Amino acid sequence: MSAPPTRTGSPATRLLGALSLIGLALLLGYALWWSPADAVQKDSVRIMYVHVPTAIVAFASCGITTLASAMWLRRRSEGWWVLGGAAAEVGIVFTGACLVTGSIWGRPTWGTYWDWDPRITSTTLLFILLVGFLALRRVDNESGDPSHRGMRAAVVGLLLFPNVMIVHYSVDWWRSLHQTATITRLDPSIEGTMLFTLMLGIVVFSMVYAWLLVHRFRVGWLEERAGATGLDAALVQRRAEAGVTGGVA
Amino acid sequence: MFRDASLMAGKDLRIELRSRVTLQQVLPFAVLVLILFGIALDPDRGVLGRASGGLFWVTVLFCALLAIQRAFTIEAADGGRDALRLSGLDPAGIFLGKAAAIAAQLVAVEVLLAAGVVIMYGTEVTGVPLLLATCLAATAGLAAAGTLYGVLAAGLRVRETLLPILLLPVLTPVLIGATKAFEAALGGVAADGWPWCGLLLVFALLYLTFGTLAFGTLLEES
Amino acid sequence: MEPAVQLRGAVTLLGRFPALAGIDLDVAAGEIVLLRGPNGAGKTTLLRLCAGLLSVSRGTAVVLGHDLPHRRAVRALRRRVGLLGHATGLYDELTVADNVRFWGRAAGASREDIAGALAACGLDGRLGDVLVVNLSAGQRRRTSLACLLARRPELWLLDEPHAGLDQDGRDLVDGLVHRAVASGATVVLASHDLDRAEALADRVVTVAGGTTTTGITSGPPAEPAPEVARVS
Repeated sequence: MSAPPTRTGSPATRLLGALSLIGLALLLGYALWWSPADAVQKDSVRIMYVHVPTAIVAFASCGITTLASAMWLRRRSEGWWVLGGAAAEVGIVFTGACLVTGSIWGRPTWGTYWDWDPRITSTTLLFILLVGFLALRRVDNESGDPSHRGMRAAVVGLLLFPNVMIVHYSVDWWRSLHQTATITRLDPSIEGTMLFTLMLGIVVFSMVYAWLLVHRFRVGWLEERAGATGLDAALVQRRAEAGVTGGVA
Repeated sequence: MFRDASLMAGKDLRIELRSRVTLQQVLPFAVLVLILFGIALDPDRGVLGRASGGLFWVTVLFCALLAIQRAFTIEAADGGRDALRLSGLDPAGIFLGKAAAIAAQLVAVEVLLAAGVVIMYGTEVTGVPLLLATCLAATAGLAAAGTLYGVLAAGLRVRETLLPILLLPVLTPVLIGATKAFEAALGGVAADGWPWCGLLLVFALLYLTFGTLAFGTLLEES
Repeated sequence: MEPAVQLRGAVTLLGRFPALAGIDLDVAAGEIVLLRGPNGAGKTTLLRLCAGLLSVSRGTAVVLGHDLPHRRAVRALRRRVGLLGHATGLYDELTVADNVRFWGRAAGASREDIAGALAACGLDGRLGDVLVVNLSAGQRRRTSLACLLARRPELWLLDEPHAGLDQDGRDLVDGLVHRAVASGATVVLASHDLDRAEALADRVVTVAGGTTTTGITSGPPAEPAPEVARVS
C-alpha cells in the first residue's frame, strides 16, 4: 500500500465546495437584501432561511444514520460504520444550529427564547438522541472482534430515525391541542422571492452538509485504516510468545 | 419462548423477594420524589392537584431508570452474561422475562404512587378504567424499551450516566401519552384520553416486537 | 466415530488481539484431554471457543458436529456443552439450590437431574439454602459444578477445575469427570495442577502463544520443536 493520503479532498469535493461557497454567497445576498421582509415579522423572518434548512438537514441526517446502521447490521463493512458516525456528527452540528437559530428567531417573534413550539421541543430531543448515540459509539468495547463491536451503537442508530419520528409526532400532537396559533406563528406566508430564497437555502445547506459529510467520512475511514494493524503481523507476534516462554514442563 | 420468559421473570422476582431492593429502595425513592415536587412547587394544593398526572409519570420514569439499572446489575455479576448465552434459554424469552419482571415492579411503584398522589396532592380519582388501561399500556412500553436499552448499556462502565440519556428521550412519547390520558381521566373527559392510550399501546407493541427480535443478537455482543 | 472437537488452524480474535493464532486440535469422543501451558497462552480462549461463545476468523472449527461459522458463534452447540469458567456465573442473591434449579431448568433439566446434581456435589442439605454471596470461593466452585452437572452436557469444558478447591473438592471433580466419561461425555480441561490433571487425562496438549504443539502422548511433553510458531 502506498503512503497514506494526507488530504481528504478530491476533484469532486473541491467542485462541491466551490459550488457551496457560491451558493452561500448567493443565499446571503438573497436572505439579507434581495428578499423582502415579512409583513408581520419584518426582518426577523430572515433567520428562517437558516433555521428551516438546518432543520431539514438534521432530520435527513438521522435518516442517513439509521440507514447506515441498518446496512452495517447486514453487511458488517467498515464503510457503513463510519458513515453512520459521520452523519450523526455532522447532523448534530446542524441540529445545534437549528436550535440556536430557532431560539433567536423566537425572541422577537414570541418575546422569549423558548416557547414550547413542537418543532423546537422535538428538535431538542433529537439533539439529545444524537448526543446519546455518539456517546455510545465512543465507549470502548473491550472484547469481541471488530465485526461485533459496533452492535450496540448500530441498534441505537437503527432506532434513531423511528424514535425521531415517534417523538416528533407525539410532541406535535401534544402541542397542537393547546397552541394551534403558535404553529403558524413561526411560518409566515411565504411566496415569490421568499419562497425562492428558502428553496435556495435548502439546496445550499444540503450541499454544505454533503461536503462536510464526505470529508468527515473520509477522515473516519482513514482512522479505521490506521487502527487496523495487519492481522498477519499480530499473528507472528503472538506466536513468538511461544518461542520465548513455551514448552514449560 | 414463554417457558423461558416465565423462568427468567420468576428468577428476577425471586431475587427481588430475597434482596428487597424495590421494596426498600425504589418505593421510598418514589415517595421522596413526590415530596420533592411538593416542596419545589409549593404545596399550594391547586398546582399540585392540577399537575398530578404529569408529576406521577415523571416519578414513574425516574423509578423505571432505577428498576432497569437494577435488573441488569443482577446479570452483571461475575460472568453472568456468558452464563446466559450458554444457558440454552431463548433470547426472546430472556427479553420478555426481564421486561415482565421490570413491569411487575413498576406496577407496584405505580400503586404506591397513586396512593401518594391522592393523599399528598389531593387529587380526585375519576375515570378509573382509563387510568388502569393507561398504566398497563405505559408500563408495558416502559419495560420493553427499558429492557432493550438497558441491555445495550449493561456491562459498560459508564452505564449509570449513559442509560438515562439514551432512554429518556426515547420515552418522551410515553410521558406525553400517559400524562394526557391521565389528565383526561382526572378531568372528567375520559373520551379525550383514549386516543393517547392508543399511542401508548402502539409504542409498547413496537418495542416488544423489536426487543423480541433483536435481543438475541444484542446478547451476543459482549 | 466422529471426533468431538476438531480444529484446524483456528484463529480467534479478542478485539484486535489474536488470542488463538492457529490451533490444531483433535479430541475424540469420550476422551479426557488436558490443556497446559503458561498464563496467557490461550487455554481459556480455546475452551470458550469450543463452548460456542467465540468465533473463528480463520481456519476451521467443528465441535460436536457443529461447524462454527466464521464470525458467528453457534447457539445450538451451547446447549450440548458445559463450561466451567473462572467466573462463577451464579446469582449472588439466590441460594445454592435456587441457582442450580434455575440454570438446570434453563437447560431443560428434570427435577431428578437437579436433585442428583446437588447431591453429587454435596450441596443438598443445609448448604443448599445458603445465599451464594455467603459462600466461600470453593463452595461457589462446587455450586457452579452442580449447575454444569445438572445440564448433562456431552462436552465438558473445565477451566482450572481444581483451583480453589480443597482435597475433597478436587477428588469430587475427578470423580465427576470419570462418571461423565463413563456415560459418554467428552472432557477437555485446562489446569495448572499438573500432577492431578495428568493422572486424570488420557492425553496432554500444550498451548503456547495461541498455538498448540503436537503433544499426542501423555506424560510430560518432549521439548517442543523449534517450529512452534508455524503457519497453519
